[in-house]
Amino acid sequence: MKNRKYIYLKNSFILGLFFVASVSCEREVSDEVEFATLPKTGEIFTDAPIGLGSNFYFPFEGSKATAWTVDENEGYKSNASMRFDVPNADDLGGNFAGAIFRIDGGGRDLTEFDALTFWAKASQGVSIGEMGFGTDFGENKYQVTKSGISLSTNWVKYIIPIPDASKLFEERGMFWYSAGTQNTGSFGYTFWIDELKFEKLGTIAQPHPAILGGVDKVQQTFTGTNITIDGTQTFNLGSGINQTVSVAPSYFTFSSTNVDVARVSELGIVSIVGSGTAKITATLDGVKAKGSLTVESSGGFELAPIPTRNPSNVISIFSDTYNNVPVDFFNGYWEPFQTTKSADFVAEGNHILNYTDFNFVGNQFSNPTVDASQKSNLHINMYIPGEVPANMDFLITIVDFGHDKADGGGDDTRQQVFFDKAKWVPNTWITLEFPITMTNKNNIGLIIYENINFSSLKNFYLDNIYFYSE
Amino acid sequence: MKTKIFKQNPIYRKGDFVLGILSLTTLVLFSVFSSCSNDETQTVANFNELVMQDEFDTDGALNTAIWDYEIGTGENGWGNNELQYYTNRSENVTVQNGILIITAKKESFEGASYTSARIVTKGEQAYGRYEARIRLPYGQGIWPAFWLLGADCGPAVVWPQCGEIDIMEYRGQEPTTIHGSVHGNGFSGGNAITKSYTLENDRFDTGFHVFGIEWGPEYINFYVDDVLYNQITPADVPGEWVFDHPFKIIINLAVGGSFVGNPNSETVFPQTMLVDYVRVYKQ
Repeated sequence: MKNRKYIYLKNSFILGLFFVASVSCEREVSDEVEFATLPKTGEIFTDAPIGLGSNFYFPFEGSKATAWTVDENEGYKSNASMRFDVPNADDLGGNFAGAIFRIDGGGRDLTEFDALTFWAKASQGVSIGEMGFGTDFGENKYQVTKSGISLSTNWVKYIIPIPDASKLFEERGMFWYSAGTQNTGSFGYTFWIDELKFEKLGTIAQPHPAILGGVDKVQQTFTGTNITIDGTQTFNLGSGINQTVSVAPSYFTFSSTNVDVARVSELGIVSIVGSGTAKITATLDGVKAKGSLTVESSGGFELAPIPTRNPSNVISIFSDTYNNVPVDFFNGYWEPFQTTKSADFVAEGNHILNYTDFNFVGNQFSNPTVDASQKSNLHINMYIPGEVPANMDFLITIVDFGHDKADGGGDDTRQQVFFDKAKWVPNTWITLEFPITMTNKNNIGLIIYENINFSSLKNFYLDNIYFYSE
Repeated sequence: MKTKIFKQNPIYRKGDFVLGILSLTTLVLFSVFSSCSNDETQTVANFNELVMQDEFDTDGALNTAIWDYEIGTGENGWGNNELQYYTNRSENVTVQNGILIITAKKESFEGASYTSARIVTKGEQAYGRYEARIRLPYGQGIWPAFWLLGADCGPAVVWPQCGEIDIMEYRGQEPTTIHGSVHGNGFSGGNAITKSYTLENDRFDTGFHVFGIEWGPEYINFYVDDVLYNQITPADVPGEWVFDHPFKIIINLAVGGSFVGNPNSETVFPQTMLVDYVRVYKQ
């Protein structure tokens, strides 16, 4: 952050000089003036790191800091390459490998290139989680991510296209990677990268940018909410393959049809500033991005009622009023049948769970489980924006994990509570409260919410989920 | 397959033909060919009399004094299991801003899933220099072509006996490569005499390129832009040389078919083939 800000200040200072010079009109720029030019070097590693300075390797937090070395015995048509030893998942020194390569010093001018390319191979066939460039541990403004890079045991050339090179006039984030053992049974492996460089291939063409996965999304929202827009860029490579990379929002130019309702920053953050409807669209390097976000803002957000029960009588799963117990997840993304996504948000400092594309979803808290033997009731606040579906039919299930304190294992017990449509009023927080009547309730680990009987509820908010006694 | 590669200096550039076509081209051709006269295996002739041209300078419908439309699906997808229905609708074939635009669309039409266009010259000629300046489309299953078919093709003289010269064929999934081929009895379809030409650091769907042949009694030379990349002579074909009678020019944009395979979910529609000009010269 600091680096970037400093650079902006410097740029505006130079602009200021220009302004002064051009206003005075009488003197031309002296022949002795030399404009600063940034290096246009493309090479990052050939047989050794190129022009990165001395302190350029910054591992991700929690990763194995020593994963990267220069291998003097392996190389693509050479005797040296970059070697990455991905640790076993139980390595106490870090259970994955990942880092950024950031120039120690000023950035490079990459505007004349169209791709980051490299040759790579691995000790076994493996899919590397993520690789890319543009990450500087500052704003990461121009980060590009290629996910799932499939490496084989022989050298293959890989191409990560630049979404819009004109943005990279001063870039320090040359390369970054993150590799784990999710696909190798927790066992480590090695991969090598050589001839890592930015290139002008001339065959990167047919851009098809997209935001929000190319979907025209409609979202009910409120003044004061922030929504982040993510995007991708797809190019057709010389091989005929369509290569899609995730790109930072700053590559896009966003526009809003109504800036009194929603505005978008260059970091891709939509700020809802008033009530009404606004459609957010984007372009990338002059090409219209597929997908859009239409926000329907109902103005100021009505928060859920602030709980007033004595904290000593409460075991809280989710609230801003009480201390919450550790939660494994608020959305387990259970495959293959769950469609529910999360779009949780913060309104006036208050955290709200938001489930979209809802069919069912669970909140799990098994580390440790909740002993509710002294608690008589469960409390939940729920809000349905827009319409309450005519066929609304809702089920809440509480699961006690039993002696093994784990989901399954044959000792789980459940309590199910059905709610019908009459309970809800649209655009209003309602309270769902009910007694916990199940016999075993000293190892509760899961609350499941689901549509039943073909109920078509898709979108709702939850807050203040807690067990209590009177 | 026997092929000969000739690396030469620039021969053909679009600017050469705009004004004073005859004198300029003669000059250019003369200087280049004289520089190659040491090569005794190369047969050359100067095709410098412009006998047919369409610069597509009149917006709107195609000039039907020069072209006919070929409509429909042919037999068995024009013999290649192609998927498109060819129409003469302006959605599929039109002239705009000095460019012939042939558009392949994904739509249900007369039982087909795609529409596009295919045009053929009314006139015919044996031998000569044929060239067109084209920007190609891209994507899996997209198959544009600029080619010549024997004018006598029909029930009496069936393909491939009537002869076929493919000046340019292209698979949309291989955006850097085009193919030049000849077909006759004993060397047709997958066994055609063909050679591919691949651009370095460029591709065919991002800008215009000139595709051409020089065709004489004993040879057919294939070129892209300023690069002559192949010559085929009677000695190269394992059958009768069926290239001594008049041919017609065909320009089409096919979807699917044996040569390219079918489009897939990633193929973007519509796709357009842009033709800046078509020119034919004789000696």
